[in-house]
Formats: sequence, structure tokens, C-alpha cells
Amino acid sequence: MTDTATPTGRARKALDSVVIRFAGDSGDGMQLTGDRFTQSSALFGNELATLPDFPAEIRAPAGTLAGVSAFQVKISDHTVLTPGDAPDVLVAMNPAALKANLADLRPGGTLILNTDTFVERDLGKAGYATNPLEDGSLDGFTVYEVPMTSLTIEAAKTTGAKPRDAERSKNLFALGLITWLYDRPADSTLAWIESRFAGKETVLAANRLAFKAGFNFGETAELFESSYEVRAAQLAPGEYTNVSGNTALAWGLIAAGQLSGLPVFLGSYPITPASDILHELSKHKHFGVRTMQAEDEIAGVCAAIGAAFGGHLAVTTTSGPGLDLKAEAVGLAISLELPLVIVDIQRGGPSTGLPTKTEQSDLLLAMYGRHGESPLPIVASHTPSSCFFAAIEAARLALKYRTPVILLSDGYLANGSEPWRLPDISELPDISVPFADGPNHGADFWPYLRDPDTLARPWAIPGTPGLEHRVGGIEKEDGTGNISYDPVNHEKMTHLRAAKISGIAKDVPLTDVDHIAGAELLVLGWGSTYGSIATAVQRVRARGLPVARAHLTHLNPFPADLGAVLRRYPRILVPELNMGQLSRLVRSEFLVDAKSLCKVQGLPFRTSEIEDAIVEVLQ
Amino acid sequence: MTIVNPPTTTKKDWSTDQEVRWCPGCGDYGILTAVQMLMPELGVKREDTVFVSGIGCSSRFPYYMNTYGIHSIHGRAPAVATGLAVARPDLSVWVITGDGDGLSIGGNHLMHALRRNVNLVVILFNNQIYGLTKGQYSPTSEVGKVTKSTPFGSVDHPYNPISLALGAEATFVARTHDTDRKHMIEVLRRAHEHRGASFVEIFQNCNVFNDGAFDKILTKDARSTMLIPLRHGEPIRFGDAGELGVVAEADGSLHVVDVAEVGAERLLVHDEKRDDPGLAFALSRLARGPYEPTPMGVFRAIERADYGTQVNRQLLDAASRRGPADLGALLRSQNTWTV
Repeated sequence: MTDTATPTGRARKALDSVVIRFAGDSGDGMQLTGDRFTQSSALFGNELATLPDFPAEIRAPAGTLAGVSAFQVKISDHTVLTPGDAPDVLVAMNPAALKANLADLRPGGTLILNTDTFVERDLGKAGYATNPLEDGSLDGFTVYEVPMTSLTIEAAKTTGAKPRDAERSKNLFALGLITWLYDRPADSTLAWIESRFAGKETVLAANRLAFKAGFNFGETAELFESSYEVRAAQLAPGEYTNVSGNTALAWGLIAAGQLSGLPVFLGSYPITPASDILHELSKHKHFGVRTMQAEDEIAGVCAAIGAAFGGHLAVTTTSGPGLDLKAEAVGLAISLELPLVIVDIQRGGPSTGLPTKTEQSDLLLAMYGRHGESPLPIVASHTPSSCFFAAIEAARLALKYRTPVILLSDGYLANGSEPWRLPDISELPDISVPFADGPNHGADFWPYLRDPDTLARPWAIPGTPGLEHRVGGIEKEDGTGNISYDPVNHEKMTHLRAAKISGIAKDVPLTDVDHIAGAELLVLGWGSTYGSIATAVQRVRARGLPVARAHLTHLNPFPADLGAVLRRYPRILVPELNMGQLSRLVRSEFLVDAKSLCKVQGLPFRTSEIEDAIVEVLQ
Repeated sequence: MTIVNPPTTTKKDWSTDQEVRWCPGCGDYGILTAVQMLMPELGVKREDTVFVSGIGCSSRFPYYMNTYGIHSIHGRAPAVATGLAVARPDLSVWVITGDGDGLSIGGNHLMHALRRNVNLVVILFNNQIYGLTKGQYSPTSEVGKVTKSTPFGSVDHPYNPISLALGAEATFVARTHDTDRKHMIEVLRRAHEHRGASFVEIFQNCNVFNDGAFDKILTKDARSTMLIPLRHGEPIRFGDAGELGVVAEADGSLHVVDVAEVGAERLLVHDEKRDDPGLAFALSRLARGPYEPTPMGVFRAIERADYGTQVNRQLLDAASRRGPADLGALLRSQNTWTV
């Protein structure tokens, strides 16, 4: 740790990383505060990972535990894969935010509390019998008491804003204070305030003044003995942007349209946490992207099927409850053998479940959630930025094999963000496929005459003379595509559809195993557990325990060598945010004794939870 | 002067080699023949035409049209067709549905396709029964209908498809029936010519499960006094010698009257172009069921921008405003920094 002096004479301590959690009422703007802190840290050059955690209610009763919204960010001068297990710093805007989050704060951690809210009414709502500022319950922590509400109102006095309105800028006060405390550049946030509130002069002024007041409070009040700095990380050279999973996914779909040479059509219905993909795609119409907010989930996927028949790169986006509703139409797309990308941003279930919380519990739904023998490829993203590439891969498989593909992401990836080194666009794959342009069986066109290699049927779109044909959900005769109830033909078609999907294994990379000499345990994961698993494996290796790790992008079919890889390890541990869905699949597919590590709390794994489980398995 | 090109195709060109599998005597045959006879006259190409259907007897229709076609899933044809029509505004897209498919399981999609004014021709075969599942009552069956699923008679009130379409503010709403090919062809021609969502209800006889459902108004003897032809700009009158007519009361209600009693000048003049759908709605309520004098023809035909055209206009506007698509610029659309 190197210490330097600030212009005010106080110390500036260097840290290699810090985990900060902003917590307040869902109306307090904590997500925005956390996001702005993240953006300025990204611009500063830190490595970072974020965990937004908010209630489903837009405004749960103010001051209650149910209404607490939090945003955690880890900033670092070295690679980080998770937002951190325990916050070092908790900013709590009211007693409920303190109560809901205090248990997570590391022992000896820092508390920055808005003392204006630690009054009888708010303490009562949070269920505090005594004031924690006075009863000694916070003795193990470093506590900074800051009257944020009153300082914010005071700062905004010159704007003419009513106190009730001015008070709403107190999140910017908190942001200003933390910006000073962690030596972030203030310019980018000030510029953001100008553009965000442009045209609303009073609000703009109040927010600007609140932010500056917070910043200056840190610098001038003799409260903080030092500020801290987390230096820029040594990132690989390149151009970076900070991207969330949903934004990266939307960009991936736009890229897939460009790489395939096809217009993108999205049929979608608003649902948390997938709606941001619809929002993002609807902004980019100049890419030829059509977005249709359908009357329901079923119409969203059905409209996409219609667009696919018309030759578009068709997409529908949803979360678990919506995927339930789309099941019949997905089966239709399997029968029609048309390209379709189905994006499922998983959340806690069953039913409405936990709309704003993350879970990985739709894997078996994606795999088996349709009547009849109805296999389809499944692709999963594992970091926010990988959503970009996963979207391109899902589109590639859909187009090449004329099949619906389910792309699984989740609430953690969707709303979490990370710095992303922008890819070289010229290195992205060409995923274009030709449309059928003439007869394929003598003078006739047979819509179900397959490519012998991929088993894909021709994609003949309306407007092509001579290729007029009818497709439908009724079983079709092999080749001609005419309606057929013939028993042997049905069995043949069932096998052909299955072989088409299982054959994709030849077309996906082999399992990427992070092996280490002497490893007898393989930790197998998929999706958003990547960061926690990779960090946990690093930590146990640092303790001298050899452990191997593999993370799957393709869940159906699996990489061709996965069975052989799994059999190389006497022990397999599968951490999942569900009740053991991938472990069930690999057990039934490969007859291996895979053990599950399950968590269904609507939150990602803490690194320590996986670390402990690994150690336990090895003992 | 209108130049009319002679048809370059015939009914045969629009027919497939597939065996038509409706029950002998089904009203669907007459509708298929009417559509196949009409298509050569419309000036559209087979490759630019798509028939989309859901599930039910009527929904087998696309297999018999030598065009592009999708036999989709129950109730969803309007949604599938909407996606296709928005993606491909160059196509002529037809939706074939029935009273169960379009008004029961798919009621939501039908309503929204009409409200959005998607450029589709929606033909709803109304036989007031579920045929494919062998004879359950449908959402247009009359109260008291005794079927396999309602052995003591149905108790739920039926839909009036025309009222429903008008309630959804469809821009073209018409009714015809399977026993008058000429009338069917003329109504469907107008439905095709209309830009936007055209809704056509066809009274269709299911001779197996609901035979004679429309006999009270459609038998040769009944027609003149039970069918009320709607002709834009003309007084609404019917009967062998035009002795019956429709008048509007001060309270907005419509009544069938004896023209000799009230005088021809009191008759309501049909105005299908009225923007306010109220009068068309009142006309749709004139008959409580197909046993009272029933209007036939075009209830409403107004102009309103169609959904697909507007969606595609936004794309063109965005392209001209923001220039050519640039993936590199997209990835740099938020703050970036260089290491």
C-alpha cells in the first residue's frame, strides 16, 4: 500500500480493489448511483464487475425492508470476475437499507449512513427497536454519519426547488461523496448530469449542486481521515466500453443481422429482466431492425415465425414465464424447420417467482419444455460481454440448421456490466446462408429435401417464383413435405429432426478445459456462474489444491468430447443456481457421478461458497 | 380510364395437387372455389401470395392454394401473418380462420391484428360449431346449443363477429355467405383491394355437425326477405320488391320497417366510409342471430395507415437520418476508452 498526500493535506491510501454497495429505498435512485459510479470507474480504467439487486415493485412501501434496492460494484487494479462476496463499504440511505445489508458487510467494513433518516419513524419501519447509531450494534465497523438529506436540501436552496423535490437529489450527494472518497474523476459524471437533465433547469441545477456538495463535503469536512485510490488495471491494449449483458446481447443480434446479410425482426412482449433488449433493439432501426411489441408472448414468437418464413433473422426475447407460453409455437418452428432465436433471460421461478432476481432454472425447460420429441440447440452466455458472441452463435446455428435455438442468459448477466475490449469486427464470422432459388428435385421443389451434411431443409421465401410451397405443424412426408400420417414416415422424420440437432456437435468447439497437473476434480459450470467458479478455482489452486475447470457454452448438443472429458476426472462438481439441472443432464447422458452444488436465493454464488464446496469434495 | 390487364393465370394455376379432404357437402368447398376463381383476377402473382391459417377445418385451406402457405397453430394465424406482413410488405397475405380458431383461442390476436390495421385479408369461416374436434359448441353458437360438451344446452352468450371486428376498429368489415359465390367473390375482391386489415365473415354450413344453421336466412325462399344487402350510398331496403327497409330512430337504434308505412325518404342510407363506427355497429346488431333479417356486404371501409407501412417508414426515416448501418459505431455508442 502506497500512501500519498492530497491537496488538503489528508492521506490518500492506495487499494488494489474495493467492493462498494449502495443501498436505499427503491425510489432513492440507487441503481442510477451505482451505475454512474461504475461508468466513471470504467472510464478511469479499473477492472470491475457489478451486481444490481432490486425489488420487483417499482415503489415498495418507502422505508421498509421490502423496498430496499442495492447496487454492488467491485473495482480493481487487476482482473475481476465477480462483484465480490462481501462489501468493504456500505452506503445506506435509510435504516431499512442498513438492516437489509449489514450482515453482508465484511467485519471492520465501512458504513456511510444518511443520519437524517435515522429517526423514530424510519427506524420503526425498518423494525429497529433502538437506534443502531446509539446502541453500540455498529461498534465493529467504521461508521461515517452524514446528514445527506439536509445537506442536499441546503445545497439546492439557490435553485428555488421545493425541499421535497430537492431532497430527491440526495443520491447524487452520496455519489459525489463516494466519488471524492475513491478519487474518481468528477468530470464525466458532471457531463452526464448536464445531458441527462437537459431542458429541466431546476432539476439539473439541484442534481449538479448535490453532487458537488457531496464531493466537497468529503474534501472539507474533517470526517474522513483519508481518501482512497484504486489504480487503473493493466488491461490488454485496445478500445474498451462498459457493457451490460442485455446491451451486449442486443448488439450481438444486430451484428448477427449484419453478418448474415438479413434484416432482424424481433417479436417481443415486455417482461423483466428481458425488456431492455427490446428497448435497445428498437433504437437501432437504421440497421434495418424491426421490433414489434406484440399483444402477448405467444404473438411475439408467432410474429417472429412469420418473419422467418419471409426470410428475416427472426428473434423473440423473454424470461421464464414467457418461455412457458411460447412452448407450442417453438414446437411449430421445430416442425416448420425455420431459423428462430429465442432469448430467455432467466429469473427466479416458478410462476412469477422472483422477477428481478437471477436463477439458472430454465435449462431443463429449454431442453425438454415442449410436447413431442422436439429437440433444439441451446447456447448460454457466461459474462455480460459474452452475450454479444452468444447471440451471434445462436443466430449462426439457427440459420445454418433452420431450427429454433434457445439462448440462455440470466438476470445477473443481463443487468450486470463489465469493461469489454471491443472486438475486431472484421474477425466476426460470416453466418450468411443462401435462400433456395430453384427446383431441387427434377422440375419440382421439395421443401423437406435435406442437405446431406447438415440435414437442413431449403429455405425458400415468398417472392421466389416456382418454389411456392405449404408448411405446417402436421407431420410431413420426408422430402416432399406433404402431409403424412404414415407411421414409419413419422418415425423417420422424428429421427431426422433429432439427428439434425445432435449433428451440430460436429460444428461446435471441443470442451475448453482449464486443466492442472494432478487434478482429480473437475468443476463444471455453465452460464453466469463463470466468474464465481473461475475465481474459486484460482483460490483453491493458490492453496495448493489441483482442481480443473470447464465451462459450457453449448448445452445442447454438448461438445463432442464432453463425455470423454468428464470420464477423465474421478470427481465432478457442478455448481448451479438451480436444483441441479446440468448435473442431471450430464449424469443421464454420460453415466458419470456428477455432484451438485445448488443455490436458489435469487443471487449469484459467492466465491467462498464454491471454494468451500471444492475443499469439502476434496477432503 | 382504368386499364385492366386480362388475367394471365386460371383457377387451375391456383389449385394444388393435394386431395381436398373436407367432408362431402361442406361449405368450405364453395369458399375455396370462390377464392381460386378470384385470385387470377387480382393481378397478384402466386409467388407473392401467402395463405396463413390456424387449426380447424377451415385451416386446411392453405394446402389447397398453389401459393406460399403456413398451416400454423391454433388461434395464432393473425400473429404469424402479422410478422410476415410487417417483414414483407410486398406480399399479399391472407388469413384463414374459423369461429373457434379466430374468436376463442385466438381472439386476442385477431383483435390486435385488426386494431393495428395490419395489411391482411382475414377470412373467418363461421359455422357456429367446432367441426375438427367433432361437434362441440363454439363462441358463435346460439344459447341453448346442445352438443357433446353441452348436453343440457350451452349457457354462454355468443359473439357477433362483425360487432367484435368493429369494436376493434377494423378498417374493413364485411359479411358474405357460402351459398352465393358471386357475392363472396365481390366482397373478397374489395377486401383484397383495401390496404390494411380486412375482416370478412363468411356464414359457412357444417353439414355434419351443425347442418342448416343458416337455413332460416339462406334458403332460396328466405333470402329476399331475410338478407339485407348493404350498398354504399343507397337506402337500405330489401324484400322481393324492396318493400322492407331499415330506419334509424332518434336514439340511434335501427329497425326493420315496411317502406310503405314510413316512406322511402325515411330509410337509412348506408355509408360504409363513415369514420365513426357507430352506425356500422348498429347495423351489426340488427339481427340477434341468423334467424332475423341479416345485413350482408360491406359494413365499413375506411382508410387508415396500415401497421407494416408505418413500421417500414420508420426504418427508412432512421436510415436516411442516421446514414448507413455501422457496426463499429454501434459498439462505440456508449463511453469508450483506450488502453
